Amino acid sequence: MQGDCFVPRNDIEEKLPNPQINTMWTKEEIAQRIALEIKDGYYVNLGIGIPTLVANYIPEGMDVVLQSENGLLGMGPFPFEGEEDADTINAGKQTITMLPGSAVFDSAMSFGMIRAKKVNLTILGAMEVSENGDIANWKIPSKMVKGMGGAMDLVASADNIIVAMQHVNKAGESKLLPECTLPLTGVKCVKRIVTELGVLDVLPEGGFKIVECAPGASVEDIKNATAGRILT
Amino acid sequence: MNKVVSNAEEAIAGIRDGMTLMLGGFGLCGLPENCIAALVKSGIKDLTCISNNAGVDDFGIGLMLKQRQVKKMIASYVGENAEFERQLLSGELDVELIPQGTLATRCMAAGYGMPAIFTPAGVGTEIAIGKEVRNFNGKDYLMEMAFDADYAIVKAWKGDTMGNLVYRSTARNFNPVMAMAGKITIAEVEELVEPGALDPDHIHTPGIYVHCIFQGRDYEKRIEKRTVR
Repeated sequence: MQGDCFVPRNDIEEKLPNPQINTMWTKEEIAQRIALEIKDGYYVNLGIGIPTLVANYIPEGMDVVLQSENGLLGMGPFPFEGEEDADTINAGKQTITMLPGSAVFDSAMSFGMIRAKKVNLTILGAMEVSENGDIANWKIPSKMVKGMGGAMDLVASADNIIVAMQHVNKAGESKLLPECTLPLTGVKCVKRIVTELGVLDVLPEGGFKIVECAPGASVEDIKNATAGRILT
Repeated sequence: MNKVVSNAEEAIAGIRDGMTLMLGGFGLCGLPENCIAALVKSGIKDLTCISNNAGVDDFGIGLMLKQRQVKKMIASYVGENAEFERQLLSGELDVELIPQGTLATRCMAAGYGMPAIFTPAGVGTEIAIGKEVRNFNGKDYLMEMAFDADYAIVKAWKGDTMGNLVYRSTARNFNPVMAMAGKITIAEVEELVEPGALDPDHIHTPGIYVHCIFQGRDYEKRIEKRTVR
């Protein structure tokens, strides 16, 4: 996974899911599907996990600048072995490179450009999303407390937020809920969710709407895996 | 105007038990390694530390945590430190987790002489509890106070004896805003140069914010997640 950052587009065609054999999307295919939401000229912030993989599938010839909230615009692929620079990392603390035309800035300016809505698209992971667009992804009380990092700032400011996640948790419970049960990261902010089963929108009036089913997944499968309301 | 000291021990000599410190860096990148080592050696305790992360178990602020020198930690993400998570869940350590942008901007506010800022980050979440909410143009914002830190300790790439600083790559991160925010600011640099050696147009932190500067040594610059193609 670490090795295939920024795979050229022509390699991706061969990896496209074959509906005859494949059922549902892999993490890579979720990332590939989200990449279709990116438009030429976008400044994009990618979260940790599946969102990071989206960088691999940005179509060739499209001018997209990746923002890393520790203070960089123009994030490039991982360095070649031996060329790692301890001073050049992304928000996930991974060693990265900078593309020509990159800019470095301090953390206050980084969140300034996020708050001022200069970043066009934010893609992040989640533990839960509710049918009114609330998101929870930073804390499981008395179990896991890692902190919110930049997620609260991103979801509170961005107009265009896509969540990449698995449809159900490890216990098999739906992560698309009527209301989040975990402490919230932000309220009424998620617009679109891409899971292994398909693409869902959060409607402005509340409720999920199925936009697309992954190959091998039916509307019924998505309904069964979704605890929140689905409006048709 | 003499801001130059010979080493980290001399730089931190004024730090006392119970003080509030800001420490620059993001993860292990751009950390004031020399000053952290000196703080660990000093045994100064009951500190409140403001830093984006808490280091890892055996590097950065993690070293101070292991020695129980930190009473309270204000950070945005602490996921890489098992000892930290243990002290937090057991209640031994007082922890305030705040959004990364809020942390940076509360530093900025202090450096710009503003008492508070308004941010949408955290509205409707548990971090909003007890905070003033103001509505501007139909959107809610939380009022967050500027930090009040006794010392800010930052790391720069180059600095001159006047205290002017230049950072390198993403090791810049929180360092410039913290440098502006401390009542007293200590800067450790990889290379200390004479006035005039740095281009005034390229200065990131003007020396007025820096009270004490020294050239650090033996930088390990540990990489937290080495990723290659």
